[in-house]
Amino acid sequence: MKRLLVAAFLAGTLLSSFAPACAEEVSQYIPLPTYRVGAYASSGELWWGGERDYFRYINEVEGGVEGVKLNYEEFETEWSPDRTVEVYERVKAGKDGSPLAFFFTHGTPATYALLEKAAADKIPLIDPAGGKTETVDGTVFPYAFPLLFSYYSQASTGINYIAEKVGGFDKLKGLKIATVYHDSAYGRASQPAVDALGRKYGFENIQIPVADPGNEQSPQWRQIREQKPDWLFLRTWGVSTVVALKTAQRFGFPADHIIGDVWAGSESDVIPAGTAAIGYSALAPYPGGTDFEIHKRLKAEILDKGKSDLRDQKLFGAVNYNIGLVNAALAVEALRTGYKHFGARPLNGEEGRWAFEHLTIDDKRLEEIGFKGLLQQIRITPTDHEGGGAARIQSWDGEKWVLQTDWIKADHELLNPLIKEGAAAYAKENGITPRTPETETN
Amino acid sequence: MSEINLPAAAEPVDSIGLKALGVAAAIAVLLAAPFLASEYWINAIIVPFLILSLAGLGLNLLTGYAGQLSLGAGAFMMVGAYATFSLQLRVPDLPLPLALIVAGLIAGAVGLFFGIPSTRIKGFYLIVSTLAAQFFFEWLFLKFPWFYNGNSSATIALSRGLSFFGLDANGPHGRYYLTLGIVALLTLFSFNLIRGQTGRNWMAIRDMDTAAAVIGVPVFRAKLQAFAVSSFILGIAGALWAFAYLGSASVQSFGLTRSYQILFIIIIGGLGTIRGAYFGAAFVSLLPLALDWLFQHVFSGHVDAGLLQNIQKAIFGLLIIWFLIKEPEGLARLLGLRRAQGTRRRLFPS
Amino acid sequence: MNMFLETLIGGLLAGTMYSLVAIGFVLIYKASGVFNYAQGSLLLFGALTFVTLTDQGVPALGAIALTIALLILTAIAIEKLLLRPLTNRSPMTLFMATLGLSYVVEGVAQGIMGSQVRALNLGIDDLPIFLGDIMISQFDLIAAAVALAIVVVLSLLFNRTRIGIQLRGVADDTRAALSLGIDINRIWQIVWAVAGLVGLVAGLLWGARQGVQFSLSLVVLKALPVLIIGGFTSIPGAIVGGLIVGAGESLAETYIGPYLGGGITPWFAYVLALVFLFIRPAGLFGERQIERV
Repeated sequence: MKRLLVAAFLAGTLLSSFAPACAEEVSQYIPLPTYRVGAYASSGELWWGGERDYFRYINEVEGGVEGVKLNYEEFETEWSPDRTVEVYERVKAGKDGSPLAFFFTHGTPATYALLEKAAADKIPLIDPAGGKTETVDGTVFPYAFPLLFSYYSQASTGINYIAEKVGGFDKLKGLKIATVYHDSAYGRASQPAVDALGRKYGFENIQIPVADPGNEQSPQWRQIREQKPDWLFLRTWGVSTVVALKTAQRFGFPADHIIGDVWAGSESDVIPAGTAAIGYSALAPYPGGTDFEIHKRLKAEILDKGKSDLRDQKLFGAVNYNIGLVNAALAVEALRTGYKHFGARPLNGEEGRWAFEHLTIDDKRLEEIGFKGLLQQIRITPTDHEGGGAARIQSWDGEKWVLQTDWIKADHELLNPLIKEGAAAYAKENGITPRTPETETN
Repeated sequence: MSEINLPAAAEPVDSIGLKALGVAAAIAVLLAAPFLASEYWINAIIVPFLILSLAGLGLNLLTGYAGQLSLGAGAFMMVGAYATFSLQLRVPDLPLPLALIVAGLIAGAVGLFFGIPSTRIKGFYLIVSTLAAQFFFEWLFLKFPWFYNGNSSATIALSRGLSFFGLDANGPHGRYYLTLGIVALLTLFSFNLIRGQTGRNWMAIRDMDTAAAVIGVPVFRAKLQAFAVSSFILGIAGALWAFAYLGSASVQSFGLTRSYQILFIIIIGGLGTIRGAYFGAAFVSLLPLALDWLFQHVFSGHVDAGLLQNIQKAIFGLLIIWFLIKEPEGLARLLGLRRAQGTRRRLFPS
Repeated sequence: MNMFLETLIGGLLAGTMYSLVAIGFVLIYKASGVFNYAQGSLLLFGALTFVTLTDQGVPALGAIALTIALLILTAIAIEKLLLRPLTNRSPMTLFMATLGLSYVVEGVAQGIMGSQVRALNLGIDDLPIFLGDIMISQFDLIAAAVALAIVVVLSLLFNRTRIGIQLRGVADDTRAALSLGIDINRIWQIVWAVAGLVGLVAGLLWGARQGVQFSLSLVVLKALPVLIIGGFTSIPGAIVGGLIVGAGESLAETYIGPYLGGGITPWFAYVLALVFLFIRPAGLFGERQIERV
């Protein structure tokens, strides 16, 4: 019996690799490495809800992208980069006759882990508002797309907002701006930018690490109370954000002088913090809320028809749900660009790269797809894989996120040389000759 | 193989012949495997399985043979991986196989150091020493950019890939043969070690270290030996995990969950058996995939995805418990490959 | 000096939060010799059940009663399905089984109740209290008081009740207790249930601080060094261990951390524990085993 069981498991896994490749009408395969289990499931669950609802809407209401249906499939990774690598290996050859046009990594560490593999396999890695900042330079990293809002842009936009608050860039001089960060490569990713900005505007840059998971932060906040920074930039993830906000309250640091980054600015971060989070602001390349046009469409076509993936419909329009919507929309629009160029059939990785590198979403298009206000204008080129670099600021009033500003652009003139420098160093170390997009055909 | 009290069984000649045939067949299958399996199977299942087996083997020497409990397998793998990276980067003249050996030696030295407390501390109290190693190295390799050469993503990858002596082992086949070769060599090495005096000393300590000391086993030295050898093998396994399987790695690849995974491997496979590590590794690397496959095909679309993933996790836990209840001596025993039945071994004498 | 005192007091108080988690371990280890890794999951399970019930509109007292009932049922199930079949197995096997158990508990709890972060408001504001220049957290003070109350209740339970005396008998010598006709299975059920309740209290306090979510189960990693320093078998040890770890961690992060780049808390507690072990190999209050050949 036991032997049978073991044999059955082996047989099961064997079979799975020989799934039949039969389908008359081939749909575009989109694997989704997800984390519905583990420490980050609370963010994840909503995210996949948004992505799936949008893909479903495209398939069922719009009849696919240019007629091509999307075949999306989830794989559990628990946010572990190693398991994401396994998923990547499993799906990179595509499925049911569809090649892989791109791979969502759904997490910065996973992007780091796959960077070299994906470049070798020619599969674009899509990690909006994440990824490795240097990969904005598409000449060195043709297959990495840290779309929307790189970590440098996050730092820069945050500083721009502080300048707006204090009444101009000249007032930044002499201020103390502290960054409390998750002590990992992800948490440190914004440091070179803050450093450069500090030198440019003359503010003092204080960096304070919080070790993972960060459920006890008294020493850090005692240090903050000693140093008395004027503003604080919060770059934590998961439980460390909640604890940071609560501890800030205890040490008397005002929440309205704390600005969180993208991954510290969702309902999962502020609701458990209770009153400690009132007045806290966060960078929002993906604002929360249901007042956008796309939410009306989804409500009518997906939610009200009981087709939503969202378990608790109260969370419709939560920041993480909207992250899912925006990411799905970016993928759909890129595929559309590709289908218009290559014909309406599933794209492979190289074609996927072309599609993303020619993705433009202007104001008119934003109106059409119902993302006006939720998504910034996007223009991705072979040399700029970010394509946006702006965010709105939203603050938490105890019940919901309230948008404070329109899109605030990052200081790309300052950031681009840093990015170029990092990319050039990487190219040298790994013996990569940067491509020259001007000379490329098609 | 490990049984001290096992007399050389008088086997009929034809059985020995059959056995040789079996071994030859197994070798043939192993060598031909890359041509039988798809690239996905090699890259994502067979190579990681082999590496996990090797790690299991390393931990088994320490925990299964010498009886020293360790939750720091991940830490020693981490040391091996980062040492290999540093050596390849900073001593470019050193060919990869030698770099792997040196990295293993470094991991062994680190293991020896963290093994020193074992001379005073026993049982569950000992796990603190290995856990200290686990958390300390996670911090160290992340904190100081020197260890990952200042790379902004704090990941390590071999910029020259897996090439040595003019051979290129970067493709799936190359990585498979490289891994297979190393795993085979270290398995052989372990076999010889446990058959000899060292292995006997370890087992004597495992069965009761006070008694071992009384009959003249050098307990102190043997315990440290076990830590060093085990960490040596774990270090090499770590380097392979980072560069032959993942391609690039970070400390997250060797976190606490990795240490638990390796421990699961040897307990499920069978403590104190060499082949147990292989069975255990097969179990823990295939079971989640099998469950995943099963759920995708049977329930997908009918049940909420979040519920599905959580049920899967619960089932994995249940299977482990069920397994521990039903088969105390692991898969090695279950699959009937252990010949004579010695007395039941216990990890900790009561 | 004030800074030092404040760091010290803050650390000591934070340490009692670790002790609360460690006490659950000690109870189980003492009575059944099991190193229960699933304590963290049980803590999550208790807190999650409570918040889910209150979210559904169940009044707080009713929710507590229902949660306690569920924890007792869970304890009985664990004893019947896990401990009994594994009687007389090596401590290692039992440890691994509890690791499996933690997967089951987490999977079932989050599968049924969802993995969203829930806010938990116990009505204790985490506002600072000032003693001169020294800032103390009101929340931590209350948590410390709760920990103290639990120790008092547990010691009354152990020393003054019939069950408590039986329990100590089992802990001292299982075989002798059996021969005296003590129903060891029932004792185990009781101990696991009590550990579950202590876990619930810890879960609620930790949950109020960081939200009720999966990360609650990770506080076990903070409790391990506490256990090691205090010894696996002593409840006062868990308290003292918690104080030492809390204070040590806090002082180290403030005074040593800056020289090492900060973020040293995860390993510092373990190194501290290691130092203590070198001096006392069975913890400060643990029972030293005498080995006979």
